[in-house]
Amino acid sequence: MTSEAQSGHPGGSLSSVEILCALYFGGVLRHDPKLPDWPDRDRFVLSKGHCTPVYYAALAEAGYFPVDELLTFRKLNSRLQGHSKINTVPGIEMSAGSLGQGLSYSIGQLLAARLDGRDYRVYCLMGDGECQEGQVWEALMCAGYYKLDRLTAIIDRNGVQNDWFVKDTMEIDPLDAKFEAFGWHVQTVDGHDVQQLIDAFEAAKGVTDRPSAIIAKTVKGKGVSFMENNPDWHGKGPNKEQLAQALAEIGE
Amino acid sequence: MTVGAAPPAATREALGPTLVKLAQDGVDIVVVDADLGKSTTSREFEKVFPDRFFTVGIAEQNMIGVSAGLAAAGKVAFCSTFGVFMPGRCFDQIRVSVAQTGLNVKMVSSHGGISVGEDGISAMAIEDLALMCSLAGVNVIVPADVVEARQAIEVAARTPGPFYIRTGRPKVPVIYDDSYTFELGKAHELRAGNDVSIIATGILVKPALDAAATLAQEGIEARVLNLATLRPLDEESIVRAARETGAIVTAEEHQVHMGVAALVSQLVGSKYPVPMGAVGMKDRYAESGKWDELMEKYGLNAETIVREAKAVIARKGSDGRIR
Repeated sequence: MTSEAQSGHPGGSLSSVEILCALYFGGVLRHDPKLPDWPDRDRFVLSKGHCTPVYYAALAEAGYFPVDELLTFRKLNSRLQGHSKINTVPGIEMSAGSLGQGLSYSIGQLLAARLDGRDYRVYCLMGDGECQEGQVWEALMCAGYYKLDRLTAIIDRNGVQNDWFVKDTMEIDPLDAKFEAFGWHVQTVDGHDVQQLIDAFEAAKGVTDRPSAIIAKTVKGKGVSFMENNPDWHGKGPNKEQLAQALAEIGE
Repeated sequence: MTVGAAPPAATREALGPTLVKLAQDGVDIVVVDADLGKSTTSREFEKVFPDRFFTVGIAEQNMIGVSAGLAAAGKVAFCSTFGVFMPGRCFDQIRVSVAQTGLNVKMVSSHGGISVGEDGISAMAIEDLALMCSLAGVNVIVPADVVEARQAIEVAARTPGPFYIRTGRPKVPVIYDDSYTFELGKAHELRAGNDVSIIATGILVKPALDAAATLAQEGIEARVLNLATLRPLDEESIVRAARETGAIVTAEEHQVHMGVAALVSQLVGSKYPVPMGAVGMKDRYAESGKWDELMEKYGLNAETIVREAKAVIARKGSDGRIR
């Protein structure tokens, strides 16, 4: 998709592949692609809105829209916008693209659920660099205060942001201790191990007095040697030769 | 429909009681507050509907996002704080989570303009309308008095989509009585006249009426339009005012270069150019002081409107062209 578009964000998409696999195909998310507006569906909120390649791929694979449409990504008149946008293709829960906003939206969805007596859960996927945004901490404080036990935040801890490595840009650790201090239940897992992720999601469902965070330790650009852990591959598409190599490596 | 016996009231006083009434009428309202609910009066909603009132602390960015989530789940989500903080502190959240989504979020600010008074310039929203009018698809309303404020809030609650309503802090004269009906997107003609049009917004509407009375004593008949809705703009009434009166003065509690003067002159300049004058804040900030003293010092008053009206009339050419 990013090769076809010659733009987009492969690195943070590849680091999130297993997270979305666990959610959409591991029995975690309560959803029905035929009923994208089902009021009792679990909500998946992509807060790191640049990682649409993995998001669209998961939605298409799950049956929300045709897989053929994926190669229209980022092209004129396509439904597949560069950053996720509400009311485009079925299954997109919320607009994003300006980092730090998804968790606040998730809180609103859950406060409404409480009023309406609904038991859906909200899963919010955030980047680790995204945690540098002030709004994230406003929302973390708020979710802890309201004890939103049906909220699960997943932090794709790939350690790389737009310009450079997270630790050399603005250190966010100790992330687990910070979340805990804000009233969250925290688990740290290997974000490329689908079973570990599924187990963590199931454990989060058992936490009934606090929101849950899953810090998923990942590798940016996972599976493609020249992209892995390389800040150059945050926001550009591979050329034809690079694409062939990438697909060959992922296929192995 | 003109100034009656009602005692002066602040436009912000409309918020809490109107939200309570709407909720009692069955509108599925929720309210999100960022620690200024006593001032904006949204806290009055909490007294009656505590379960539907959510505090987020002093966190306006989160307030907008939480409101968007509530709206997406089917609620009519109102949020409120001072005009300097919303949109000032959370413009990007409004842009991405509300304007670009079209979600049903109703943003009601208070303490608009320099009539905030003693708190001084950090608390005076004189840029909020520029920010909100720059967004596509957001309705922007500045009520002229508490009666119009109540109705604007009700219209916002019952009309899908994003709204921004700016209210004010001080008690000001009440212009309308209950026979008035606010119409979204319609300027309301408060006074007929064909010599000049005064297009006023918010608490400048009353000084506009006073200015028209003064002008009438000198034989000048001014049309007074209450431009409560800035977006969508009532292009028909404004262009007609230009065509029929040949001169326009705008009056607002905002920076004129990006406010009502800018909106009106952009339209008039492209559709029917006539001499224009602007009353408002002219590329500067105010200061601390009593609100009515500030309005005098910074020329947001009837006297300045009269002076501007005479100046634009003097620029009318005998052939109807701008001189």
